[in-house]
Amino acid sequence: MSQNSNTPHNKNQTTFTLDGKTIPFSEGQTIIQAAMAAGEYIPHLCFNPEFKPHGSCKICTVTANGRQTASCTQQPQVDMMVESDTKQINDERRALLQMLFVEGNHFCPSCEKSGDCQLQATAYELDMMSPHFDHFSPNRPLDASHGEYLLDFNRCILCSLCARASSDVDGKNVFSLAGRGIKTHLIVNSKSGKLADTDFTGDDKAAHVCPVGVIIKKRVGFAVPIGKRSFDEHPISATPHPIVKGAI
Amino acid sequence: MNMSTKPKLRIATATLAGCFGCHMSFLDIDERLFDLMELVEFDRSPLTDIKTCGPCDIGLIEGGLCNAENVHVLREFRANCKILVAVGACAINGGLPAQRNHLSLSMILEEVYHAQHGLVDGFIPNDPELPLPLDQVHPIHEVVKVDYFIPGCPPSGDAIWKVLTDLIAGREPELGHGLVHYD
Repeated sequence: MSQNSNTPHNKNQTTFTLDGKTIPFSEGQTIIQAAMAAGEYIPHLCFNPEFKPHGSCKICTVTANGRQTASCTQQPQVDMMVESDTKQINDERRALLQMLFVEGNHFCPSCEKSGDCQLQATAYELDMMSPHFDHFSPNRPLDASHGEYLLDFNRCILCSLCARASSDVDGKNVFSLAGRGIKTHLIVNSKSGKLADTDFTGDDKAAHVCPVGVIIKKRVGFAVPIGKRSFDEHPISATPHPIVKGAI
Repeated sequence: MNMSTKPKLRIATATLAGCFGCHMSFLDIDERLFDLMELVEFDRSPLTDIKTCGPCDIGLIEGGLCNAENVHVLREFRANCKILVAVGACAINGGLPAQRNHLSLSMILEEVYHAQHGLVDGFIPNDPELPLPLDQVHPIHEVVKVDYFIPGCPPSGDAIWKVLTDLIAGREPELGHGLVHYD
C-alpha cells in the first residue's frame, strides 16, 4: 500500500486496474463506485449507489492487491490491482447467494418481484443452477396490515436498504434489523410490529429500495408479465446502475 | 455426425411432487422429438408407462419429495441412471408444494380432512397402500447426488432441449441468459 495521493497526477487521473482494465477514480470513491462510473459491473446486493455502503452481503468481494475485500467499502489506491471476475471469487459469490436462498423462502414462480429481483438476477449472472445447501424453510408470517404495501419477510436478505432509506432519507425509522448472527431479522418499528401502525407511505424512499420482493406494492403484482421484466430483457451485468425500481 | 450407428442412449423420466408441467414443457420441443427419438429410447417414463427404472444413461426428475414413495422412486433413479438431472423449480427447491413447510403436517391433515366446512365425518386416509407423507417437502439434492439442474417453472422446451442435446453430445450442459430462469 505504498502510493497514494502524493502522485504528481491530477486526482481525477488516478487509476487502478480491474481485471486488467484501467479504471479512473477520484478521492473518496470506493472500488465499486469507480467501477460503476466506468461502466464495469461488480456483482452486489446490499450496495446501492444512492446510499452509504453497508458492507454486509460480501457479494461485491474482490481481490485488491492480493487480499479479499468488499469493493463497496474499500477505496482504491493508485495502480492497485483489483480482480473481480475470477473463478475463485465467482465460486465464493455463488456460495453466498446459495446460502441466502436456503436461509429464506425464495419461491420465484409465485413472487411478484421475479424478473425485477436483484438476488435472482445476480444468481443468473453467476450461473447458480441450484441452491446446493439444505433449506431452512423458516416460518416468517407476512404483514399485510398496511393498505397499500405488503411485507413478505420470507424473501429478506438483510441488506438493510429499507432501514437505511427510512432513517437516513425519510427520517422515519420504520424498519430495523433485530437479533444477532443467524437470528438477525427485519422488524417494523411500531408497538404492534405491524406496518399499518407506522407512518410508512408509498412516497417513502424505503418503499422503493428493496432489491428483493419484501416490500411489495399491493394490487399491481403482475401488471408487467413474467418474461417481460428488466432482467428478463437484459442480464444484470448489462443493466447500467441497477438501482432498484421499487415496487413494480 | 452419424449417430445412427451408435447404440441409443436410454432416458428415464419421472414426476414426484410436481404438476407434470415440466413434462408438458419437455413435449414443447415439438418436432424435435423426432430427432431425439433417433438418438434415445425411453425407459420408465409417463411416455412409456413402464413402472420401474432399469439401467439408464440419463434420468430426468420433475418435482420434489413430499412422501415416502417419492423418495423410493428417486433412489431407484439414482441407482440406475448414470446422469441424474433435476428438472424444474420443485425438484430444485421444493417449489409450490414446499410452501407447506412452515406448517405442521398434523395441522395440515386436520385442516384438510376434519376442520373445514362439510367434513363432519371426515377422516384422515389411512389405507396402508398410501405412501406416508413427509413432514416437509424437500428438493431432490437434499437426498441424492444430482448431476445437473434445469431451473424454471417450468423450464422452457428450449432449455430442456439444450441440456439434453449437450449431454447426448458429451458436452457440459450450459444455459445462457434467457434460458436460465427461476420463474
